[in-house]
This record gives sequence, C-alpha cells and structure tokens, in this order.
Amino acid sequence: MSNPQDVSDIDHFLKTDGLDTEREKVIGQHIGYRYDVNLLPDYKRLTPFLKKYIEKMGWEDLNWLEDIHLGYEEGRAAVFDRNINGWVQVPEGVKLPDNQQDRDMIARELLIKFQMSKHHPLVALREAYAKF
Amino acid sequence: MAGLTTAKSTLAGMHTEKLSGRTQQRFFSPEEGENYVYPWAYSVDYDKTADFDAADMDTLAINKRIRELMNEGYGHIVVKNPGAKHSLGVGILNRLKLDFEGSLGYFGCGLIDGPNIRISGRVGWSCAENMMAGTVVIENNAGSTFGAAIRGGDLVCKGDAGARIGIDQKGGSIIVGGNAGAFCGFMMQRGRMVILGNTGKNLGDSMYDGIIYVGGTIRDLGVDAVPGEMTELDCQWLDRKLKMYGLSAPRGVKNMTKIVSGKQLWNYDNLEPVEKKIAL
Repeated sequence: MSNPQDVSDIDHFLKTDGLDTEREKVIGQHIGYRYDVNLLPDYKRLTPFLKKYIEKMGWEDLNWLEDIHLGYEEGRAAVFDRNINGWVQVPEGVKLPDNQQDRDMIARELLIKFQMSKHHPLVALREAYAKF
Repeated sequence: MAGLTTAKSTLAGMHTEKLSGRTQQRFFSPEEGENYVYPWAYSVDYDKTADFDAADMDTLAINKRIRELMNEGYGHIVVKNPGAKHSLGVGILNRLKLDFEGSLGYFGCGLIDGPNIRISGRVGWSCAENMMAGTVVIENNAGSTFGAAIRGGDLVCKGDAGARIGIDQKGGSIIVGGNAGAFCGFMMQRGRMVILGNTGKNLGDSMYDGIIYVGGTIRDLGVDAVPGEMTELDCQWLDRKLKMYGLSAPRGVKNMTKIVSGKQLWNYDNLEPVEKKIAL
C-alpha cells in the first residue's frame, strides 16, 4: 500500500487517482490515510485566524486541531469533519501551499469556520433532535 | 424512510446528500465571518467567577448547576467538595474554566468539547473518556482507562495512572507525569501519549497508528508496537507541551523512547476485494 510519507510529490493525490498498488487498482479505492496522521504541527506557521481561535478558547496551542490535516477526497483537497463524519472540500480558488505543514494550517482554519458556521449540518440536527 | 422527508433536518437540504459517498454537501462560504464558538454555545466571560459547595448535591444537580452558571455568563466555575461523585463535568460543549477542588469518581469530564478543567485531587476510572477538545489537568493520580477513546484535546495526569490508559485513543494528547500500568495505548489509532515514568507490560498492543513517548523503562511492548525515530519536531513538540503543564522529562526529551505502530496488523491486502469494499 502507498504510504503518504513515501509520496514525494505533494500533489500526488490531486494529480492522480492515488491507486498505486495492485490491490488498490483491483478494489478501485485507495487504502489508508492520504496524509501522515502523525505529522506534528509546526507552530511557526500558525495563521492569524488560528492564533485568535487559540486565544479565544484560552489554550496555549492548537489543542485538538493538532490532529487535523489536509487530505484529499474525490480528487479535491478536503478536510475531515468528525462532527458530520464526512469530508469538507476546500473551495475552488483557494491556492494550496507547496508543503504539508501550511496545507494543514489551511485545513484547520477551514474546519473551524465550517464547524462554527450557522450553516453547519449539526445546527439543523440539533434543532431537530436535541433533548436539552 | 417516508417520515424522514418531513423532518426538520431535511429542510436544510440534507436529503439530497449522496449516501454512497463520504463527501458532504457544502453549505457555507469560508468568507462568511469569523466565529470561534459553536452557534449554540453559552456566551461566557472568563473573568466572571462563581463557586458552589457540592457536598450535599447529587451528580445531576451538580451538572445542572454548572450549566445554569454558564447560562448566566460565568466563564470560571469552581466546584468545592465534589466528594468523588461519578460523572461530574460531563458533556460540556463550551469554552469554560472549570475547577474541581477535590476528587472525582468514575467517568468524570467525559464527552467534553472545549473547556479547560483542573482537578486538584484524584480521578477514578475512565476520566475524560471520549473527550473532543479542551484541557483536563489532574494534579494527583488517575484510575484505569484514563482517556478511553479520547478524540482530541490535552489530558494530563501529574501523578501515576492505572492500566489501559488511552485505550482506543483516536486523537489528542494524553500525558502522565508518573508511571502507568499495563496495556497502555491498546488499540490506539492516532494521537499522542506521553508517559514520563515507567510503563507496564504490553505497551501499545495492537496499535494501529499514533505515537507513544516514554521517559522511563518499558516492561515490554505489545503486538505490533515498535520503536520509532525521535525527530527534531518530536523534541520541539514534547518540550513545548510538557512546559505548558509544568512537567519535564527525567532524562530530557531527546532521551525519551518513541513507540509507533509496526503496521503489520494492517491486513487490508489480505482481504478479498468484495470484503474490502464492504469494510471501507
């Protein structure tokens, strides 16, 4: 199986279907994550938005966002939202940096904006089903 | 299924989602404004402090009182005499400073998403299970299955912890200042675990992914847990994280042992194609 750490081209999953091994070709689906789940964040690359978020929450670092990385879904850059168990694709027109650390910061910022939006699916679900 | 079409959630357009795929519809614009908290979150002020004595209150009353105070805008709540009652401080999906002056029983601070919690005493089994975000700091010891199935955030025990800490860990950082028992990191899937003291047997047994750092001695490793190479990024992360909580590695972070998954249990390649499609 192809390991994200072993892929030299950062755009590999954007330029190709990511089906690199024989088994992946047979089943028609990539096996495993399309990013390195163990990559630790480089705090020198924090965006102004993320700095404000950390301050607002009273934390000293990215906290749960340390586990957020930019992945790829259906040939597009995307970030996984655990609250909806689905991928949120990066809007077209957003220029992706040339390194994973900066891409991860974009993913974190996008995910916060999506989760805290009044248009997040959880808002409707909460309204429909929340008991308290 | 017919009933679903009249549910409120379908009015948001969710009925048009592709059920076969995993990509969700995109409802929002990234330019729609800077929101840092959930739309339903209580608006609280960290400088506004309230305390109450929980000695004669039961679990439900204590948890309800915390919510009432958040609703009144208190951003710093101090609970005195929690009396090691079970399930205190659970399900808080809000930014909040919460202090427990005393010890908690089983399943304290579970299912939280955002608060910063400090516990001056000890905690029983499964503290902060399924924690999503925030910080939980325990000044003393913790029982078994500390941080079970944790998804995110920082969970810190400054004393010793029992067995199976971080079982089924799916993210976040668990830090133990002292020693830990057997089977820590069992079935770990991602996230980071730091044990500054010694660990019991079968560390990282059947771990799928994630990282375990150990400052002391490891009695033995579990199935598919293997030593990894410490990088500069590992050392920087450990230095910063430990400093945040007033901890330090006994022999320095560079001399800590890093354990990762050997990924020999990734048996996907052995599955038949049909089984594979179902599994995914």
